[in-house]
Amino acid sequence: MRKYMSFFRIRFIAGLQYRAAAWAGIATQFAWGGMTLLMFWAFYQSGENSFPITFPELASYIWMQQAFLAMFMAWFFDNDIFDSITSGGIAYELCRPCDIYAMWFTKNMAIRLSRTILRCFPILLVAAFLPAPFSISLPPDWLSGILFLVSILLGFLVLIAFSMLIYISAFYTISPMGIRILATSVIEFFAGAIIPIPFFPEALQPIMYALPFASMQNTPFLIYAGHIRGIEALQSMALQLIWLAALLIAGRLLMKRALKKVVVQGG
Amino acid sequence: MKLYFKYVGMLLKSQMQYKASFIMTTLGQFLVSFTAFLGVYFMFSRFHSVKGFVFPEILLCFSILLMAFSLTECFVRGFDVFPRLIQSGNLDRILVRPRNEIFQVLTSNMDFSRIGRLLQSVLMLIYAIPASGIVWTFDKVVTVILMLIGGMAVFTALFVLYAGISFFTIEGLEFMNIFTDGSREFGKYPLSIYGEGILKFFTYVIPIALFQYYPFLYLIGRSDNAGLMFLPLLGFVFLLPCYGFFRFGLRRYKSTGS
Repeated sequence: MRKYMSFFRIRFIAGLQYRAAAWAGIATQFAWGGMTLLMFWAFYQSGENSFPITFPELASYIWMQQAFLAMFMAWFFDNDIFDSITSGGIAYELCRPCDIYAMWFTKNMAIRLSRTILRCFPILLVAAFLPAPFSISLPPDWLSGILFLVSILLGFLVLIAFSMLIYISAFYTISPMGIRILATSVIEFFAGAIIPIPFFPEALQPIMYALPFASMQNTPFLIYAGHIRGIEALQSMALQLIWLAALLIAGRLLMKRALKKVVVQGG
Repeated sequence: MKLYFKYVGMLLKSQMQYKASFIMTTLGQFLVSFTAFLGVYFMFSRFHSVKGFVFPEILLCFSILLMAFSLTECFVRGFDVFPRLIQSGNLDRILVRPRNEIFQVLTSNMDFSRIGRLLQSVLMLIYAIPASGIVWTFDKVVTVILMLIGGMAVFTALFVLYAGISFFTIEGLEFMNIFTDGSREFGKYPLSIYGEGILKFFTYVIPIALFQYYPFLYLIGRSDNAGLMFLPLLGFVFLLPCYGFFRFGLRRYKSTGS
């Protein structure tokens, strides 16, 4: 365990160095969140009372999404890992006395968390002081707040467990660009990063909620916003746990198979 | 000009060398904008209209913007990856050659996998042309073409500006994404829906509304002012300060060495 902690620490501290980039990111995400809310505001103002989610709930959802973007952004991959597979550096990693799956997993956690820590607080702070319907509000009660904290951790692990599958796919395809962009757009769409899942057609929603992608950012943010509560929240969190277990097992198995017949590239 | 097409051919051939990867990436590009389209579609299957604009009209607006953007991205890619030219020191090689540096940056990189996005915009346009209920007289066709040309001018200017900033800082460039990726993302709806302030910003500061909103009003018959159809041409004016800024950066450029 200790060696993985130190991998985590190295990556985490390295990630904290990019402060100017973080400020640019904060500005970008703030503008992005604002524009998204204005877009939804236009729809909400155009009348018709078929809103699947109230506007203050939506505002909380969007700001949480922007604040924790670095945790859940599907398009972000650690290029070092891909390079190590395509260039043959993997040979050195295989020599190390540690489990590659766990090592990559902790590295991914560290780099995403360090970026999030740099960015989330300014965004949340400013979003809290915006005028009424556009501001982020606190979770409806204590219970939702606590469930949110557990759920965001689970969602984070589900996302990384899923992206591990994409790293592993590079063992088979060598040129990971294509898979990367395909996987990214599928995850983004089904996770509710493009439009939140409550806005999908009613008929599609049961399927959407059952997929692993809804267990990523959708569940914790909807719990925070107060859109799902109590028993319903616990159910979605149970689903998160199931998907996490399934993805971890799948990743481990695929990794084992890939490593058995790995061809080291180049010299 | 002949030389330019020779470069286009060369880059095309070199990208075709990795066919499987090229097809996957193109498909991915298509999927990225297809999910954006689905997002719009789902919103409209629930709400039917936004600020009086209906689905086919939005699609028309979205497809024109996306087409201008993907064409620009395909051919002006050299400016998009310009920071890499500086970092690698390859810009020095460009500067010592006896050719215009803009020309050389343009021909240093093109990304044909953006055709995936272009395809998406073409499909939407094909759907929207009859569905929007516009009577396609000669001037309306000209309006669409002018919107496309104006859009390409503005996006090119934005990429040049982006390259210009990278002379001064490599960090913090992410901010420019609001104007490039952001305008692609949020420009799918006519800019007026975001409110007066945003529309003014995108008229006078980053002139996206010049080709996306005002001529669009004439196109769908919201306005009878035929003068609006020539507004996209003002987008070329935006090229001047951006190019000026790029020249300014270039003059102060110190090589990174290699």
